[in-house]
Amino acid sequence: MVTQPDRSAPLLRITGVKMRFGGVMALGGVSFDVGHGQICGLIGPNGSGKTTLFNCISGIYRHIEGDIVFEGTSLSNMPRHRMASLGLGRTFQNVALFKPLSVRDNILVGAHHLGKTGFLANALRLPAVFTEDNAAEARLNELLELLDLKAVASTPAGALPFGTQKRVELARALIGRPKLLLLDEPAGGLNHSEVDELADMIHRIRDHFRLSVLLVEHHMSLVMRISDKVVALEFGLKIADGTPDAVRNEPEVIRAYLGETTEDDHAGAA
Amino acid sequence: MRTSWLIALAVLLLAVVPVMRFSDYHLFQLTMVVVYGIAILGLAILTGFNGQISLGHGAFYAIGAYTTAILMASWNVPYWATLPISAVVCAGVGFLLGLPALRLGGLYLALTTFALAVAIPQILKHKLFEEWTGGVQGLVIDKPDAPFDLPLSSDQWLYLFSLAVGVGMYVVAWNLVSGRIGRAMMAIRDHATAAEAMGINIAMLKTRTFAVSALYTGVAGSLGAIAVAYVAPDSFSVFLSITLFVGLVAGGAASIGGTIAGALFIEFIPNLADKVSKSAPSAVYGVILIAMLFLMPQGAGGFIHSIWRRIFKAR
Repeated sequence: MVTQPDRSAPLLRITGVKMRFGGVMALGGVSFDVGHGQICGLIGPNGSGKTTLFNCISGIYRHIEGDIVFEGTSLSNMPRHRMASLGLGRTFQNVALFKPLSVRDNILVGAHHLGKTGFLANALRLPAVFTEDNAAEARLNELLELLDLKAVASTPAGALPFGTQKRVELARALIGRPKLLLLDEPAGGLNHSEVDELADMIHRIRDHFRLSVLLVEHHMSLVMRISDKVVALEFGLKIADGTPDAVRNEPEVIRAYLGETTEDDHAGAA
Repeated sequence: MRTSWLIALAVLLLAVVPVMRFSDYHLFQLTMVVVYGIAILGLAILTGFNGQISLGHGAFYAIGAYTTAILMASWNVPYWATLPISAVVCAGVGFLLGLPALRLGGLYLALTTFALAVAIPQILKHKLFEEWTGGVQGLVIDKPDAPFDLPLSSDQWLYLFSLAVGVGMYVVAWNLVSGRIGRAMMAIRDHATAAEAMGINIAMLKTRTFAVSALYTGVAGSLGAIAVAYVAPDSFSVFLSITLFVGLVAGGAASIGGTIAGALFIEFIPNLADKVSKSAPSAVYGVILIAMLFLMPQGAGGFIHSIWRRIFKAR
């Protein structure tokens, strides 16, 4: 079932994905690609379906039509716990850390799928457990350094400020060696200078770990600044797809964001 | 890490001292502390570390106790050989119960396990199993003597035997919860959706945790049956399950060391309450319980941990 990764094919291919909640069509057949090493921004006003699409990719929702293919493997009926080992890492909109656990343990959970030792091996501390622990520990230390989390490594994650928690979540996703990093509103709840840091960090991470990024974001200036490619949704349909400049000047996008009421307040203030 | 091993060693040395000095009755009480400690440890693995609430762990204790008693009474299996058999039986039952538990979250699981605890004494009394279980009368088993002509009374020997089994099981539990699997258990407890996104197979992990938990409490039941030398259905009433739960909370739900404090609590506080007031020991017990939760909301384990941190920071 799993084919050899083909470098010329896109890393993630979304074709005609439809999703319905009761009578409401949340996604009306969306298609686009995310290439290797690409940072792709997914934008759209509230209720445009971007979070729904995000949840379809990570398997929280099951789309009713269309297909999502990651490196030649269809994700349509993939169990959620298999996503990580395929190479999909993610963060959550409002931060989903294991609050009582230390920062260290939080990040190490992200390496779970890289390990193979089970109950018996762990209970008896077989040599394989030490080999695994050392490998995870080495990557943990690298990430603590890279994301400036060394000082809080043994602090319970729930006791940290929001901005720091977001970095912990990022580290937890990165320790699992993802090929595609899914970021759900990474700038949400951050202040101005933190958003600037975040933009640098996403670039650094992409280059350092050689991965692709798909981010859903309200914060327009951030998306436009860091993305190689932007996809805009409205009412569950794709209205634009291209470079940040092209999408910014697309009449449909201008209409969706500026044309009617006060949607731009949302886009700017988030 | 090193300090916690030193503390464990100190506790162990302290635990061996009573053998020569204590009366047989007091040694029996300490044996029961070890037994309850293992039983509460089983509950802690499930409820404290994995977040699956069980109000029916007395049922696994009963199954372990009866497995040992039946093997000894009907098949003349030596007492020590019944422990691994009981472990396998209880792990199997725990695994099977873990399957419906996947669909029953939180309070519903608590009530379902409670229902099991309510039913167990009646199942044990049932005519169908009377031939093996001895029905209402229960089963009397022989209290084992010390092997190799060691100059020990059988209570002294049983205390040391239980202690050895207990130490082994505590070390294994410590290994389990402090590594990859333990982190996964706690991740599920704290945020199931995130845990799944990290690649944790929730269904597999939860059912296996249920099996391990049942194994622990079941082996505790076996040791308890050997120590008491008698099993009867009414020793395993629903009150036993609640008592184990009290021990868990008093010790601090997600604390390995705290389970020992919890076991000391459920073994000695009822006696203490009895000494304080002959006429209303339960009321005294209740007051002590509430006072303890008021003074140590995180249980004894959390309390000791916070004191330890304070001393450590002060230096």
